[in-house]
Parts: sequence; C-alpha cells; structure tokens
Amino acid sequence: MNEAPCSFHRGIDGMAQIQLIDLGHSYESRPASSRPARAHEADPWALKPMTMSWNDGGAYALLGPSGCGKTTLLNIISGLLQPTRGRILFDERDVTALPPESRNIAQVFQFPIVYDTMTVFENLAFPLRNRGWHAADIEQRVREISAILDLDADLGRRARGLSAEAKQKISLGRGLVRPDVAAVLFDEPLTVIDPHLKWLLRRKLKQIHQQLRLSLIYVTHDQTEALTFADRVVVMTHGEIVQVGTAEELFEVPEHRFVGEFIGSPGMNFLECAWDGNSARIEGIVIRTVSAMRPARQDSLAIGIRPEYVQIVPGPGPNCVPVHIVSVRDVGVSTMVALEVAGRSAWAKLRAPCALSASERTFAHFPPERCALYAGDRRVA
Amino acid sequence: MNGPKPVNQRAWWLVLPVLVSVAFSAIIPLMTVVNYSVQDILGPTQRVFVGMEWFREVLRDSELHGALLRQLVFSGAVLLIEMPLGVALALAMPQSGWRASLALVLFAMPLLIPWNVVGTIWQIFARPDIGMLGHALTQLGFDYNYAQHSMDAWITVLLMDVWHWTSLVALLAYAGLRSIPEAYYQAAAIDGASRWAVFRHIELPRLRSVLMIAVLLRFMDSFMIYTEPFVLTGGGPGTATTFLSQYLTQKAVGQFDLGPAAAFSLVYFLIILLVCFMLYSFMKDIDTRESP
Amino acid sequence: MSSRPSRAFPGRTLLIALYCVFTLAPIYWMVHMSMRSNEAITSTFSWLPESLSLANYIRIFTDPAWYGGYINSLIYVAINTLLSVGVALPAAYAFSRYSFLGDKHLFFWLLTNRMTPPAVFLLPFFQLYTAVGLMDTHLAVALAHMVFNVPLAVWILEGFMSAVPREIDETAYIDGYSFPRFFARIFLPLVKAGSGVTAFFCFMFSWVELLLARTLTSVDAKPIAATMTRTVSAAGMDWGTLAAAGVLTLLPGALVIWFVRKYIAKGFAMGRV
Repeated sequence: MNEAPCSFHRGIDGMAQIQLIDLGHSYESRPASSRPARAHEADPWALKPMTMSWNDGGAYALLGPSGCGKTTLLNIISGLLQPTRGRILFDERDVTALPPESRNIAQVFQFPIVYDTMTVFENLAFPLRNRGWHAADIEQRVREISAILDLDADLGRRARGLSAEAKQKISLGRGLVRPDVAAVLFDEPLTVIDPHLKWLLRRKLKQIHQQLRLSLIYVTHDQTEALTFADRVVVMTHGEIVQVGTAEELFEVPEHRFVGEFIGSPGMNFLECAWDGNSARIEGIVIRTVSAMRPARQDSLAIGIRPEYVQIVPGPGPNCVPVHIVSVRDVGVSTMVALEVAGRSAWAKLRAPCALSASERTFAHFPPERCALYAGDRRVA
Repeated sequence: MNGPKPVNQRAWWLVLPVLVSVAFSAIIPLMTVVNYSVQDILGPTQRVFVGMEWFREVLRDSELHGALLRQLVFSGAVLLIEMPLGVALALAMPQSGWRASLALVLFAMPLLIPWNVVGTIWQIFARPDIGMLGHALTQLGFDYNYAQHSMDAWITVLLMDVWHWTSLVALLAYAGLRSIPEAYYQAAAIDGASRWAVFRHIELPRLRSVLMIAVLLRFMDSFMIYTEPFVLTGGGPGTATTFLSQYLTQKAVGQFDLGPAAAFSLVYFLIILLVCFMLYSFMKDIDTRESP
Repeated sequence: MSSRPSRAFPGRTLLIALYCVFTLAPIYWMVHMSMRSNEAITSTFSWLPESLSLANYIRIFTDPAWYGGYINSLIYVAINTLLSVGVALPAAYAFSRYSFLGDKHLFFWLLTNRMTPPAVFLLPFFQLYTAVGLMDTHLAVALAHMVFNVPLAVWILEGFMSAVPREIDETAYIDGYSFPRFFARIFLPLVKAGSGVTAFFCFMFSWVELLLARTLTSVDAKPIAATMTRTVSAAGMDWGTLAAAGVLTLLPGALVIWFVRKYIAKGFAMGRV
C-alpha cells in the first residue's frame, strides 16, 4: 500500500485528545464581548467561548435542541467553519487554520451525499483517487470498507437509485476509506432513514467504532439516540456545553437544570424551595439533599428529583411533603402520576401499579440521596 | 436523486389551470393555419381546395433551401457559443453580496430591451463611420463593413445575438448552481476533489435540467429569429443574412400568397418540433441511462 | 467566516471583466445616442456625446402617449407574470412529483406552444377577443402572453422542483402538514432560485413582446410597443428618441431583477427539516 501523504498518524485509539481553547463562534461580524447577553438582546454568540478537552477518543454525542450550537461546534471541529475566536487542537496539534481535508476527519451529513453519476465503487474510490493512490491499492481498500459496510452487493450499481440508508453508508464509506481518518463526525445522519432501519445503522456505527478504533462524534437532538449510541454525551443549550458525562452520570447527577429537564422522560422535577439559613424547605418542611454543602447564593433555589425516585407515602415523615394527586395513568411498564406540590406541578413515575386515584391528598417522599439543590440553573448541593 | 415517481391521477387537478389557459390557443390557430395551407386563397370568398400542392411547391423552392441552410448554421453557431459561455459566466459570477446583485442587474439588461431597439442600436453601433464598434475595428486596421461584406454581416449578427441572449443561459445556470446544497461542496472538499472534479461530478449533473431548458429555448428562439437581424441588416447584403422567418414573411406579406405561406408555416413549425423533440429525447436519454 | 471551498477557477476575474465590458458597450452606446440629436447621430462619430442633452427624454415625458404606454405595459406584464407563475406552480409540482396518464406528452406539448411564432396566433386572438369584448384591455394582452410564458414557467419550475429531495415532502406529511400549508411554508422556500428566475423571465418575455401587444390594443391599453415603432416619420428614423425610450425600458426590468435578486441568489441550505 503506497504511503498516502499524511502528516499525522492515527493513534491506537482514534483521535485521543480534542482540545477547545477559548473557542467561540458568532455569525455576526463583530460580537461585542464575551459578556452574557442581556435579556432584551439577541445573543450574538452561536457558540459561547469555552475551554475544555475530551481525552479518551471514544464515541461522543453532541445532544441538544435545535439552535443550541451543536452543528456549529461540529463544523468547527471538522474545519468547515472557522471559529471567530479561540483554537482547536487535535492531539496537541493546532488545527484551527487547517481545511477539512487536512484534518484526518470524515463527515456524514443529514442528507446522504453521493456522486450520482458514479457507481458505488467509484464513490468509495473517489477520495483515494484524489490522493493519487494506485489502482490496485484502491481496489483492495475499497473492498475492505465495503465488506464492513455490507455494500459488496452494490459495488457495481449506480449510486443514484439506491435507498437513503445505502447512500448514507456510501457517505460514511467515503470517509472510512482514507486510512488516515482518525475521527468521523455525524450531523444527525439518521434523519431521513426509515425508522425500522435506524437501529441497523446505529449498530453498524457501533461496530465500526469498535472494529476500526475511530473516534466518533455524533450530533443529534434525540436523547435516546445519544444515550444508546455514545460512551459520553455532551449536552448543549444556547451555545454552551452544560455537561459532559456518561448516560448514567447525566441521569443521576445533572449539573445543570437543562440537563435534568432534557434527559429522561419525563424530565426531572424542579420544586422551588426556600433557604432558612441551614437547610432547604418546601412548604416549611425540611428537605435534605445528597450533599450537605451550603449554596453560595440563596435565591432561585429549587430541589431537583427525578420522577423515577419519587415515592408516594400515606403519611408525613422526614423529607415528605403533602401533595395533591391530579391524575394517574398506567402506561404499561410504569404508572405516571401527575402531582401538585406547593402549587407547582410535578411527576412521579412509579414502578409498581398503585391504588391511587385522582384528587386524593397524600404525601410524597423524596429520598435525600436522590435530591439535589439547584441555585438558578446550576447544581449546588 | 429522486427515484421513480408514484402514480397519482389526481395530479391532473393541479395541471388543469395550465391546460385551460394554453389549450385552446394552440388548437385553434393551428386549425386555421392547416385550413389555409390546403386551400388556394384567390379572393375573400373564393377558395379552392388544392391538397398537398402548396407543400410540394414549398419543398421544391430553392430559395427556401438557402434560407434553411443559413438558419441551421446560425442556430448551430448560437448554441455552440452561448451555451458554454453562459455556463462559464454562471460559474464565474459572485455568489452573494452586492457584487452578485450588481452582476445580476448587469446581465439582465440586454434581455430587457425591445428587440427592434436592439437591432436599431446595433445598426448604428456597428457602422464603421458613426458607430463605436465599427469605428474601433476600423481603427485597429480591419476592413469592416457589415452592409457590404457577407462575412462581416454574419459576424455582426452573431455578435448581436450573443450579446443579447447569453445572459439568459447565464441566469438560468446561475439559479441552477445556487440550488446546489452547500453540503455537496463541503463533502467534495473533505474528499479532496479538484475544482474540475467538482464541476464534472457535482455541478454539471445537477445543472442538467436547467441546461436542457436553455438549449431548447435558445434553439427555438434562434430558429424563429426575425426582428433583430431584419432591423440590423435587412437580410443583406443580398440574402446573406436572410433567415427562415424573414423569408417566410417576405413570401406571405410581400407576395400576399397565403396558401404557400401557411403551408410553409406548418413545415417551419414541424421542423422546430422535430429538432426540439430530438434534443429533448436525447437529453432525457442521458438522464435515464444514468439511473439503474 | 466559513472555509467555503473556493469556487474560483483560473481566468474567472478576466472572464467576468471582459463580459462586463462587452455587455456595457452597446448599452453605453444607447445612452450615448439618447443624448444626441438625430443629425449628430447619423453624421459624426464621437466617443462621448457632445453635450449631455436630455432633449429626447423631455420629448418622451411630455408626450402622454409615451408614459401612458409605460404604465399600460407595466400593468399587463404584471398581470401576466402573476398569472403565469401562479398557474404554473401547481402544474410544475404535479409534473415533478407524480406520474399520471399522458404526463410526458402533456409536458412536451406545452413546449410546442412556445415554439409557435406569435404571428400564428394573431388572427385567431384578434377574432376571439373581439368576440368576447376584450379588445384593447390589459387582460387581453396578459392572457395572450400566457401562451408562451406558461410553458416556460412550468418547464423551469419543474426542473428546480425535481431537485428537492422527496424525503422533505414525506417528512412534512408525517409531521401533519396539509398540502397547501406544506407547499407554501416548506416547499416554495426551497425553490426560491427557480421561482425568482421564472418570474423574471416571464416579466422579460412579456415586456418585450411587441406584435400581439400592438395588435390587441388600440387606445386604452396601448403599450410602449406601439409608441416604439412610431418613431419612423417623414423625416426618417428618430434615432435619439428611440434610444432614450430604450434606456427607459431598462428601468422596470432592472427593478424587477433587483427585487428578485435575493431569490435567485439564495442557496438551498439543506438545513434542519
């Protein structure tokens, strides 16, 4: 195999380290400063300046609602977008000014991009031909990749008439044929795939991750996709990364209110509480949380607890508040109970079927180890 | 990029307005023309049915052959120059910003001038004594006179047509290029494709339908061209730039021979129809051959 | 800014520059002629006009027939453009998305209407509009011009519509859009470039059509065409006035393309669906 010209050799575990240093992006010509936008202003920063590093070369998902900046971040990582400020490093190499083709990355878009006039084989061979490879080497490499992607049967067919799922595989394949590729970036690639084929493709992606030892970065707004696919999920909102963690970490210990609300179905309950100098109180009842730390600020406090951990109890007790049951619904595996607590609505998701009925007044127990205190948006205790 | 289309007869409702607005205007005049073409109009009330007589006469007319040949050469030259030039211009035009707006306005200008004014302006423009182009060419040492030399007349008529109509091809191609999603260019960049490869594998295939329209339009309009060359050269010198429609008009209006004129109109129409159909089928064929 | 792949190719700037000069030269000449008298035009050559005389323009503006003609032309051209594009949009969608009985033949037959020289329609239209009392109205010319503009509009729009992936339609239906709402909110914005260029071409072809416009009108709806051809008098061709009128015909069209420029230059951003 001839030496494909590349100045960077892939490490054993894909792209081991991605560093963002004061990286920010604005689509306007001159963002005033990095101060947060006031309420009446439109925030000029599509991606707020941030510094962080991802160190383990695994599969990451960028998760967030539309407009949160995840695609912007992805395009900066791939090189399709030049950040307004800051730098980005791959394995300590500054790639900020490098164009995509020099970054050893591949990108798969939302709509399958294939060269209509060429056959599947020619599609896959295209990046290698552009790099001046010999025909025999191209043939070998293309067959290698098409075997992994189950495209062998279609190699001689024109790319044009194939299904969306096959075309996405071709898009992916064009990225994989290049041996110097260390990371593959996906921008909501399953959007146009038939639902019953989505899981097939997702499984294929996981297989590729393990087999070829590539880093994968996957943008999606679907939390199920993110949580099942990725080792670690990067949750974003309004141009900021609010938390990075495994699915379990995000579920159990959301650092940011948005993460609590976004992850889980339904999201975390946030119940306003007051601080009496020592502890948090809801309707006068002391609520102990998992940590005994004092919050630095004492305004806009709320207790966060997931519906899965709310227990319905018949009488008062430590960490129990009176609730009014609004509705009870059996959804098969669990029972969804809509509650009213201190004038706010909340949810409880009970495992076992329960003998509750609507309009009942009873108590809800919040196990302290499952409670967390939030000041504003951030978790404090 | 889309697969085969689903069958849906209710789509006829969507097409109905178009049908109504255009339908009757095609059939009635054709009927009239067909009617005239098989009759000898001796006077307002005297008509004699003469069958295929006029058609035979028309096809034997040697002047007609000359005009037809000239017309074919002209249309061929027009297509050969305007199509590549228009596409190249579309590729070269700025994509956004005030420069793009300016370019669009500039390109639109030749198209907006009424055709008799176009011919009139060029008539003076190309005069060696009082016109800018003619004067410049004479200063450069060329013995240029479109009223006297057939070659000069041809070149001037061609140049005028290129000036007038290339913008049409350019605007169509430009709009077509703007419709190509950015992601294609991005993917090609990541694939390391050269500029030529991008043109060949991304832009050209996606411009196919637009280019087909441009070719058909330019062919039929150049084949029917009348006003501009007539005003510019009057068909001369001699009959050097007398194309088909001028010849037809001379025959119908000048000699007031409605019968042969109508017969000729029909033949004229049929030639255009035939060539357009061939071009259309040819381009559609390329399209389908590309699909599995 | 995005590191957009460079679309440049060698010679790009030169080509554009040369073509701009080429396009502007006769237009400059037209402006040049419009500022001179007929005697000056036909006798001497000069690179610049002797004086920036607006005499020809004044003659046009003080003659009610001239500017009346402008208004009339603008009216029927506007009606025609709206009708042609409006009628063509659903039809183009049908041709692009569905297969139905006789569709291919219908599509090609539409084109044949544009192949016929307008002169062929002259007499029948004359008779028809006289019969229904539409002679000398803007509507008559607008309708007559639909014969060649509707096929053009359908063909151009179909081409652009077929480039839009059908998945977008399907996704919209799954999301619960009704057809009219889908068409207006989702589909049409995606064919902006095609719509813009179609509208401009309909405007343009109707604007410059002289024969039908002249024949179907006499006084009330008399277009610029009639007044354009009136410039030949006993004293010979009125070159200066014709040139001035030519310059003035550029203005509405320039405005139209300025108006649709954002549509034509708008890319198809394959954004969130």
